[in-house]
Amino acid sequence: MSTILSFFNYWVVVALMMIGFYCVIARGNMVKKIMGLNLFQTSVFILFVTSGKVSGGSTPILREGVEIYSNPLPHVIVLTAIVVGVAITSVGLALAVRIQEAYGTIEDDHLGDDDDDERLALEDRQRR
Amino acid sequence: MVAVAIVRVRDLFAAGMLFAIYSLLSAALFTVLDAGDVALTEAAVGAGISTILVLAVLALARRYEHPTGGHNLVALFVVIITGAVLVYATLDLPEFGHPDNPAQVHVGPHYIEQSYPDMGVPNMVAAVLASYRSIDTMGEAFVIFAAGLAVFALLSVPPRRRQSGIVPRRPLSDSREDEPADEKEKPDHE
Repeated sequence: MSTILSFFNYWVVVALMMIGFYCVIARGNMVKKIMGLNLFQTSVFILFVTSGKVSGGSTPILREGVEIYSNPLPHVIVLTAIVVGVAITSVGLALAVRIQEAYGTIEDDHLGDDDDDERLALEDRQRR
Repeated sequence: MVAVAIVRVRDLFAAGMLFAIYSLLSAALFTVLDAGDVALTEAAVGAGISTILVLAVLALARRYEHPTGGHNLVALFVVIITGAVLVYATLDLPEFGHPDNPAQVHVGPHYIEQSYPDMGVPNMVAAVLASYRSIDTMGEAFVIFAAGLAVFALLSVPPRRRQSGIVPRRPLSDSREDEPADEKEKPDHE
């Protein structure tokens, strides 16, 4: 029982990581792919923060009456990673926007599909 | 869990909202794991800025994902194999929360004991981030600046200059001009 409890966090991390991985490789939509990448990223953050936790410890801010602190170093690196992750996400989304402008779609499967593009363009012109 | 719903929902707007919920939940989890600073950042950045970015993209792109038939069995197979291998690997990891874990006995105690005498900042995370690793944090700011520049370069091309005759599905609205400005602000936030 104690084994299950002590490894539960790691298994949650693996589950989240695999959900994100599946989202990246199985979904054609680029926004969805980026969300999958973010899921994957968050699971790594949780893994790092888990490694810094000490049972009975507290947030690493010095104050009276607290003896045990959790390890602050994983928190620092995760903080950096979150911010860099958002920068990467924004570049990815900007690329998706450009692809949408140039090809009229952000679905992987439709990018090489000229007929589809022409049909969509035709629909748009008819609408105007 | 919420993560599964994100993958399954076809409506990208709903997916973006679910992603905000997911970020908030993980921020709560970080709080439980004693990482207050990380939780604050995750709540602000994950639930806030990421959601705004996704919504800005959805204003330009189509809202609904193209339906694909059924599951992608090959992908599922790969994912399950990888997950099984990783779960097997977790059995070698140290027990959760034990004070004698390798991560806790190496340099961690040094920072816990020395950061206040060295820096005079009670918050150890801030002391390490802004003082011990200040050069690294400056590099991080450069990364964000570079990302902002990249987004600006990608989106600043006026749409009229494109040579192809393909018209975007929806006319480009004012939100297009908002996004690079949004990027530019980010170095100030951190």
